[in-house]
Amino acid sequence: MDDSEDPGSLDHLADRLRALRSREDVESGRKPRESQGASASMGLGFRIGVELVAGIAVGTFLGYGLDSWLGTRPWLMVVLFFLGAAAGVLNAYRAVQALTVSNGGEER
Amino acid sequence: MASPVEQFKIEPLIPLDIGGVDISFTNSSLFMVLAVCVATALLTLSVRGRALVPGRWQSLAEVLYEFVANLIRDNVGVEGRKYFPFIFSLFMFLTLGNLLGQIPYAFTYTSHIIVPFGLSIIVFIGATVIGFARHGTRYFRMFLPHGAPLLTAVILVPIELLSYCSRPFSLAIRLFANMTVGHIILKVMAGFVVALGLFGIVPMAFLGGVTVLEIGIALLQAYVFTILSCIYLHDAIHMH
Repeated sequence: MDDSEDPGSLDHLADRLRALRSREDVESGRKPRESQGASASMGLGFRIGVELVAGIAVGTFLGYGLDSWLGTRPWLMVVLFFLGAAAGVLNAYRAVQALTVSNGGEER
Repeated sequence: MASPVEQFKIEPLIPLDIGGVDISFTNSSLFMVLAVCVATALLTLSVRGRALVPGRWQSLAEVLYEFVANLIRDNVGVEGRKYFPFIFSLFMFLTLGNLLGQIPYAFTYTSHIIVPFGLSIIVFIGATVIGFARHGTRYFRMFLPHGAPLLTAVILVPIELLSYCSRPFSLAIRLFANMTVGHIILKVMAGFVVALGLFGIVPMAFLGGVTVLEIGIALLQAYVFTILSCIYLHDAIHMH
C-alpha cells in the first residue's frame, strides 16, 4: 500500500465521494437489503402479530380508562375495542403493503 | 432450582429514596450505565487513531456509523440527517442492552417493558412534535386518508388515531416480548440440562443453537426498533 501524503488527491477523493453521495440521495430509490434468512422472517411474522395485538390492547385500555373516568361503562370500551381491532388490522395491512411495495422496487 | 423468571428481578444496589420516590440505583441501572460506557469507549477509543486505513476497531465504529446513516437515508431521507445523533444513540443503547444481556449473570434491561416503552414514547412524542412543527395544523390530515369521502371521517378518524397511538405500544411490546421470551427459553432449557444428567447433552446442544439464535434476535430487534423509529420519523416529516 502506498499511502503517500498527497493532500491534492485526498481533496479530490473527498469531492468525488461527496458527489457520489449526493447523487445517491437524489436517486434514493435504492434496493432494500436482502432479508437475513429465517430469523428475519420470524421477526417479520412477530412484527405483524404484535401490530394486531397492540391495536386491540390500546383500544380496549383506552376505552376502559375513559369509561372509568366518564362513568359510561361499558360502552366506550366496547366501541373502542372494535375500533382498536380495526386499527390493528390497518397497521398490519400497512406493514405488509410497505413490504410488498419495497420488494417490487417501487416508490414507497 | 431457580425459577426461570428470577433473572428479571430488580435488586437495588444503592438504595436511594428522595421525597418518598424510590430512585435506587438498581442492577438494571448498572447495566444501562455499563452499556453507555461501553458505547462511549468503543466509539471514542476506536477512532482515536483517525487512520486513513482503519484498523479493526475503527472499522467496527465506521461500520456502525455507516449502517445507521444508511438506515436514516433510506428510510427518512435527506431531512433525517439532523436526527442522526438520536437514532444512533437509540440503536447503540438497544443493541448493547440486548447483547450485554446475553452474557451469563448479566441483567437485560430491555426485558422490562418500561425501558423499551420509555424509549418508544420518546420517539412517539418526538415524531409528533416534529410533525406539528413542520406542518402545523395540516398534520391533522394524517388522520384522514387521502381522498376519503368526508362522511367516512366519523369512523376513519378514530381508527387512524388509534392506529397512530398504538405505535409506541407495538414498538415496546415487540422488543420486550422477544427479549423476555428468549431469556426464559434459555433458562428452562438450562434447567433440563441439569435435570437430565448424562442425557442433558441433548438439551445442551439445543441450548447452543438457541443461544446463537438469541444473539441474532438481540441484534435484529434493536434493528427493527431503530428502523421503525425511522419510519415514524419519515411519516412525521413527509406525512405518508
